Amino acid sequence: MHMINIELEQITKIEGDGAMSITIEDGRCTSAKFKIEEYKRFFTEAMKGKSILAIPSHLSRICGTCSNAHIMAAIEACEMALDIEPTEQTKMLRALTMHGLTIRDHALHLYLFCMPDIYEKDAFLDFDENDPHEHQLLHDGFAIKSAGNFLATIIAGRSVHAMFPTIGGFIKFPDDAQVSEAIEKLKGVREASLRLVTEFMNAPFHFDRKTDYMALLPDEGYGYINGKIRTSKGDVYDEKLYRELVEHVVLPYSQASAYKYKGDPYMVGALARMNIAKDKLHPKTKESCAEALALFPSTDIFHNNLAQAIEIVHSIDESIDLLTKNKIEKEDVIKKPYREATGIGVIEAPRGALYHKVHVGDDGKVIDGEVIVPTGQNQINIEEDCGRLVEQMVAQGIDDKEKITWEIEKLIRAYDPCLSCGAHFLKLDLKVT
Amino acid sequence: MNDATFEKIKIGWFVNSCSEDNTIMFTELLNDHWQEWKRIFDFRNVRVLKKNNLFDEFDIAFVEGAVASPEHEARLKKIREISKKVVAVGACAVTGLPASQRNTFTPEQKEAVQFLVDRFGALPDVKKVADVVEVDASVPGCPMNTDMFLKAVNALVVELRPELSTSKD
Repeated sequence: MHMINIELEQITKIEGDGAMSITIEDGRCTSAKFKIEEYKRFFTEAMKGKSILAIPSHLSRICGTCSNAHIMAAIEACEMALDIEPTEQTKMLRALTMHGLTIRDHALHLYLFCMPDIYEKDAFLDFDENDPHEHQLLHDGFAIKSAGNFLATIIAGRSVHAMFPTIGGFIKFPDDAQVSEAIEKLKGVREASLRLVTEFMNAPFHFDRKTDYMALLPDEGYGYINGKIRTSKGDVYDEKLYRELVEHVVLPYSQASAYKYKGDPYMVGALARMNIAKDKLHPKTKESCAEALALFPSTDIFHNNLAQAIEIVHSIDESIDLLTKNKIEKEDVIKKPYREATGIGVIEAPRGALYHKVHVGDDGKVIDGEVIVPTGQNQINIEEDCGRLVEQMVAQGIDDKEKITWEIEKLIRAYDPCLSCGAHFLKLDLKVT
Repeated sequence: MNDATFEKIKIGWFVNSCSEDNTIMFTELLNDHWQEWKRIFDFRNVRVLKKNNLFDEFDIAFVEGAVASPEHEARLKKIREISKKVVAVGACAVTGLPASQRNTFTPEQKEAVQFLVDRFGALPDVKKVADVVEVDASVPGCPMNTDMFLKAVNALVVELRPELSTSKD
């Protein structure tokens, strides 16, 4: 009997921690368990009895890097419950908040987490400043992150746990000088973002397994807040019907909930969005990224990285347009009397569809709620991909533990899992017999 | 100063139960400080930045998040043993909240979640870092206040390696 046991203490360069155990018997994967082991902080239980006004900032604390997406989803759910229709300016400021988040978050994932794999470095900071290409990448990476951070900060107050967005509008607004500075910063990193697209278009890693996917996308344009949920099966769902889409699956070894759609696992994230709506990207993005866009639709999970790079370009182009063509004025926050109702909020967070539900009483106190995060939806797909990957490597006679571990880590990183939304401590337990 | 002539300050960054918002703020601070910090810091164990992490000795260990499990507690005690300075960063580390919100749930809420607390062997009550080990500095905020973080870092650099400090404070 040939047996390989691998214990990987931590998967690094992802957000949060989890665990993976894989068993291969007679060349077949008989078990692949992606264990999300975050010690639960019980945010949905803690919602109960809180004022609805506190819910966006409360739920943002589920996750640091996704926090502004949680705020947007919670605000949308609360406004539906209170029958509040935001102004056009509020909608624009929320779009800019999501663009700032997308630029910052994707850049963190692509430069600090994924790019060291391409250059076989331990860390992005290990890139050689005396090498002209690596020097360029170092400066590009931090400049793009900084531009996204600045955009989120002037619009939303902070790039993490934003303070300005609230139910019914915004409580503070950027001045003209800040807007001009943001436009200049965004213009200043556009060429860098195109270099990033080239990096990931030419990246040597690929893993393709046919799978279903879904994303929330607007009827017009390419955004992260409004629209309908569209699936690779061709189905279109209104946001209110999200519970018909996501079938809860209990994984007893995981602290997070997993989901299927019509009995099958599926993926969410930038790759899903790009597959469904690449034709709706900003015209300048489509023109500048034409060669990369020809690779979509794709089920090569490493193209999720490429899709994220393209989304950075799109968010830069969209943000420059929005900031240039609109004058931001002070507006009052819209308020409505409390009523008993349920609201649904669906947002495309950087790593996929994020669902919030809030049931509020006529006293303004929350009765209960629900949050479904992207990584939970990707959980079963990650397991199946990792199992298939190891099967392929074993079939090729590869039994080098370090090599197998590295390939699994790269694959998991390509999903950009956010285990803060549901996991801590990823260790790999691999058995091959 | 020539990089080869001094020993860098050994840094660890550890995460317990939290949203990792401080980790994200730390990566955002890198946007402006990466060249200076790369020069003076040996990022010895920072899971979000690198794969090959050491767990042997630290000049400064930053700890984010509340203590929710026996494993968190044991690792934190070990971190204290092998670190000259331990800094609690962010609200969950400094105050326990919001990660410890289940500590004050109503009896009905506690009953609703207890099976999950039990299934995964979490501590009966979630603790702040100072409940488990002595801390040398605290940076509160959710996320941490970045000005306070930089002030704390600069103060520790001055204390541990005054020759490396570039602070004008």
